[in-house]
Amino acid sequence: MLVWNRVLNVGGDHVAAESAQERWRRLFHAAPIRPGRFTTMSGIPLAPVYGPSDAEFPGVYPYTRGVHSSMYRTKLWTMRMFAGFGTATDTNARFREIIRSGGTGLSTAFDMPTLLGLDSDDPMSLGEVGRCGVAIDSLVDVRDLFEGIDLGAITTSMTINSPAAVMLALFVAQAEESGVARARLGGTLQNDILKEYQAQKEFVFPPRQSMRLVRDTIAFTAAEMPKWNSISVSGYHIREAGSTAAEELAFTLANGFAYVELAGQAGLGVDAVAPRLSFFFNAHIDFFEEIAKYRAARRIWAKWMREHYGAADERSWQLRFHTQTAGVSLTAQQPEINIARTAIEALAGVLGGTQSLHTNSMDEALALPSERAARIALRTQQIIAHETNVTNVADPLGGSWFVEELTDEMEREAEVIFAQIAKMGEGSMLEGCVRGIEENWFQGRIADSAYELERSFNSGERVIVGVNAFLEGNDEDDMATLRITHEDEQKQLRRLEKVRHDRDGEQVGRALERLRGEASDPDVNLMPALIDAAKTYATVGEMMNALVGVFGRHVEVPSL
Amino acid sequence: MSVRVLVAKVGLDGHDRGIKVVARLLRDAGMEVVYTGLFQTPETVASAAIQEDVDVVGLSMLSGAHMTLAPLVVNALRERGSDIPVVLGGIVPPRDLDELKALGVAAVFGPGASAHEIVNTITSIVTPTP
Repeated sequence: MLVWNRVLNVGGDHVAAESAQERWRRLFHAAPIRPGRFTTMSGIPLAPVYGPSDAEFPGVYPYTRGVHSSMYRTKLWTMRMFAGFGTATDTNARFREIIRSGGTGLSTAFDMPTLLGLDSDDPMSLGEVGRCGVAIDSLVDVRDLFEGIDLGAITTSMTINSPAAVMLALFVAQAEESGVARARLGGTLQNDILKEYQAQKEFVFPPRQSMRLVRDTIAFTAAEMPKWNSISVSGYHIREAGSTAAEELAFTLANGFAYVELAGQAGLGVDAVAPRLSFFFNAHIDFFEEIAKYRAARRIWAKWMREHYGAADERSWQLRFHTQTAGVSLTAQQPEINIARTAIEALAGVLGGTQSLHTNSMDEALALPSERAARIALRTQQIIAHETNVTNVADPLGGSWFVEELTDEMEREAEVIFAQIAKMGEGSMLEGCVRGIEENWFQGRIADSAYELERSFNSGERVIVGVNAFLEGNDEDDMATLRITHEDEQKQLRRLEKVRHDRDGEQVGRALERLRGEASDPDVNLMPALIDAAKTYATVGEMMNALVGVFGRHVEVPSL
Repeated sequence: MSVRVLVAKVGLDGHDRGIKVVARLLRDAGMEVVYTGLFQTPETVASAAIQEDVDVVGLSMLSGAHMTLAPLVVNALRERGSDIPVVLGGIVPPRDLDELKALGVAAVFGPGASAHEIVNTITSIVTPTP
């Protein structure tokens, strides 16, 4: 069993004699500090962290209080706004607006057809093109998406899973075409297929075949793209689908363990893969529970990486995460009050030590965000970052009897769930996660939790302002929302038609033939064949269909 | 006899939290509920509704494709000679309501609709007016 001795083991065996506080002090003094006055508004000087000498400290194993010793005194979190709609050209304009407004990272939202590996002119894509995100069919679209944006100065996150390997291939092909070597590319691919079957439901291939593609991307980026995060292990969608906070925490970390084991099967040691995994959590409306969740997540990951998987590299122990406020907490009624909800949720993410943050827009229970609503959401982060002074002190709630106990309880609940998953997998978390999906175990638990929560809203036991209480003002709801028109869909269809017309069809056919051949051999890494196919202007749908021909298609057994 | 409902996900939208919760709430209210599963087409939904002999079809759409897909489900039913009413729940902006009704959608439940409202509306739709 995992036992962490807080006195003897802090910071690794090579510094066993050093206390957590001493180690923190050494790290803090070596850390660069951004310019600023680290005092209260009234001038009271503030220490970078508070606690008794035998406390846990940030930047020191097991990182409950943060992965960096100096936290936001060195660098604020990345204000990474998730955006995408219409054609690549439309989204490119929104990206530029985000950068002009002070956003410091980009995150691409793809439309449903792209997420499911379908071209815009596929009959199943009707009505969905460019609606929930940007439509990407080929290299031409990727080129226009990042036109005029310096990918060396800003990191890019691509929120895509089933076709993640295909999108990575398109991104690499585009960069190389514009003279940027793949080794210089920095960014993150979501690429977390397990949570697709569990929660988000944008799957294409059966689970085990999907995991082969994930393995190929892990191995490829480990060998050739040193600055790339291969997977963003995501609890966000698990929570949005209805799980509790503890389920979000446990399912997400279990999926993370599964990817570490998967990389092991491909011959990659834990220290080759764990530092390249980042995490993505929800920030829901229960303020302290969320903060406890982030603190527990860091502690659990550190312990499991070190004790269970034998990681020796400190970066393997450090759980870094992105946070997004809870879309599901927003109401269509009195939408302006969503600004308040989002601010509270974002503050939980920051007090919980997030590395990066997306704040939802007030109109998201109605439509994709308007530019104005998205700007207000970013301004909300900027108020937290620059006006509230909460960035001065690391883990400001550490040591609160309440928060510490809630953190411990989150950890205990997660360990119970890990034991259940390990049992399903006969000791393997990888096998446990896959079997849990195949047996609808995760899906069933999430649906049960969603139902329980909904019943408490319907009975009035829990209050949602504007929905089951405080309804005055609901009649005045009138908000201008973003409209994606049929014309936008037609624009993308014309773009795709031109690509099909202009390319060398025989070259495309040969590239797809090679892809099919290599897919049949489980020992081959598919990334080189995908990159070559992308360069011939093979479309996302063509590449995915070639793989479906070999891997088959996943059909979820419907359950209520 | 209890009301029979087919709840369906049409198109590519994988958000299934709402449909599963609503399905259980309808069962709690004594209705019989059949779920199609994800990624259905208007044709498969119409066929299933007729085959299962349901009183009402409930669609759940959160991706913004409702203006395209919901009327196609209505049409697919009518083309097969069925007058089964179709209701819709999900992220539907108020400005779309009139057009959806004109296109034959019997009722729309937006975000925050209560179990009570959904059950009562469906019951009144399937109860023949005297």
